[in-house]
Amino acid sequence: MTTVELPGAAAAPHPPDEDLVLDVRDLRMRYGSVDVLHGVDFTARRGEVLALLGPNGAGKTTTIEVLEGFRMRSAGEVRVLGVDPGRGDERWRARMGVVLQSWRDHGKWRVREVLAHLGAYYAPYATERVRRPWPVDDLLDTVGLAAHAGKRVNQLSGGQRRRLDVAVGIVGRPELLFLDEPTVGFDPAARREFHDLVHRLADLDDTTILLTTHDLDEAEKLADRILILAGGRIIADGSPDALARRVAGDVEIRWTRDGQRFVHSTADATAFLRDLLREHGDGVQELEVRRASLEDAYMALVYEQESGVRGGTAARVWQQGSQG
Amino acid sequence: MNPTRAAVRAGVRRGVIELRNSFTNAQDVWGYVFPTVVLLVTIFFMRGATVPGTGFSLGSRTLPSVLGMGIAFGGLITLAQQIVVEREDGTLLRAKATPNGMLGYLIGKLTLMSTVALVSMVIQIVPALFLVEGLRLTSVMAWMTLLVVVVIGLVATLPIGAVIGSLIENPRNLGLVMLPMMGLIALSGIFYPINGYPGWLQAVAQVFPIYWLGLGMRSALLPDALAAVELGGSWRHLETLGVLGAWAVLGLVLAPIVLRRMARRESGSRVAARRERAMRQIT
Repeated sequence: MTTVELPGAAAAPHPPDEDLVLDVRDLRMRYGSVDVLHGVDFTARRGEVLALLGPNGAGKTTTIEVLEGFRMRSAGEVRVLGVDPGRGDERWRARMGVVLQSWRDHGKWRVREVLAHLGAYYAPYATERVRRPWPVDDLLDTVGLAAHAGKRVNQLSGGQRRRLDVAVGIVGRPELLFLDEPTVGFDPAARREFHDLVHRLADLDDTTILLTTHDLDEAEKLADRILILAGGRIIADGSPDALARRVAGDVEIRWTRDGQRFVHSTADATAFLRDLLREHGDGVQELEVRRASLEDAYMALVYEQESGVRGGTAARVWQQGSQG
Repeated sequence: MNPTRAAVRAGVRRGVIELRNSFTNAQDVWGYVFPTVVLLVTIFFMRGATVPGTGFSLGSRTLPSVLGMGIAFGGLITLAQQIVVEREDGTLLRAKATPNGMLGYLIGKLTLMSTVALVSMVIQIVPALFLVEGLRLTSVMAWMTLLVVVVIGLVATLPIGAVIGSLIENPRNLGLVMLPMMGLIALSGIFYPINGYPGWLQAVAQVFPIYWLGLGMRSALLPDALAAVELGGSWRHLETLGVLGAWAVLGLVLAPIVLRRMARRESGSRVAARRERAMRQIT
């Protein structure tokens, strides 16, 4: 576990920074006598895409709701767009977008009406740099709902409804966007389009995006950085590639010999394979070499956190998991 | 543009859009028509009956009383219902996630409820006029009084309705408000004068706005001679103003506090939890 950035290591004071969109330090949350968050630390810069991963009940929703200003924290220093979310005013609110899962609102409205109406609230907050709101027709095209603009919202399919939610989330051209499991219910094509949209928002508009998902493949595709929240703490923080590489540094090698299956994990695949082939030559068949994926890293880290085993066991756990 | 003004303007437009939407789906249209059907059937069965102590048609007395009841019902129950439902489906959370969205939401609701009250009244009055007679329909004073009663009635009931809606989290608990409301309607002399009731029951009825809205509407549309058979033998305009005014003050003081508290507690996980509960109840 020595190779993963520990949250405690980032405790040095951050300099005040315009580009620091999210700055969370020692965020704690307690419901009654139950601690849900034990000191969450992370930051996000302008234009960064962060994926917040973690098992159900780990505190993802609580964390996001604190950042959205929808829930008061118990303790900790939190700055969202430079403002304490517990005291954020409407001007602050106008700079962010929120996309949640369980919205079923405005069912009797037409798609275009909803976007035009909700967009109107953002017009006074337009600046020279950011023109608000996003023009409705342009926005409908962007989320792929142009063909359904005149439909009533309650006649949309599940995937179309989610795209409308995303459209509402970005109608104010937010500097910061929260996405809660945005692609649940999307077909593969819609998912691909949505991923393109996220990239466009982050790259062209410099929107900072914090998304939660259970889809590790999606996290790997979208996120510049992945945060794993488990047991009320950030247990890992890094690029998808770095996480996979650092946590489970071992490579898994599978082969068969004389009809028998073998699995071996090693940090030095090259040396192991050289020895293996020298010894058994053509007897080695169906050879597979597989580097750990983000999913392996995630499973190992979460397992380690939940079982309370610490220090260097991640690799071993990974190995057992693969063999089992 | 000033953000508050933008939100107020958006709120009014919101009310207009919701009003228009309410004419285009069967459920809402039935909501407009149903009270009229009940009213017409009631008046039909009252034919020949007279207000006790007079030769005046009981059906003609019922029409203005029912209009008054409609104001109270719309302000208290319909608004509460909408708030409860729109908390559940996430409309309120959406408003909260939008800059000045809560202000726009409330303005929208006030616009909607006021216009719905007026539309409902017209829908009830017009067909009923073919069945009743003796109302002061040509008097300008009558219509002015009616308008004043409608406005005061809305101010007295809408904030209380918003409070009720904010306090109920589960739509199923709306029944807790419906039942006492039905009892109050029976007490409030809408369909029959309450002169014969025991004094304490009359006193209870006169605490609540329904009685006074019925009385106010009767004072507007009935001939002055009918005042003699009301409690106290007069239209009691001052008392009407006093009681409705007291409810208005109470509502306007309570509503911002309760609404703010309710809005502060709204979050994605609460909406999700309600949705899950609703799903469980369906299955």
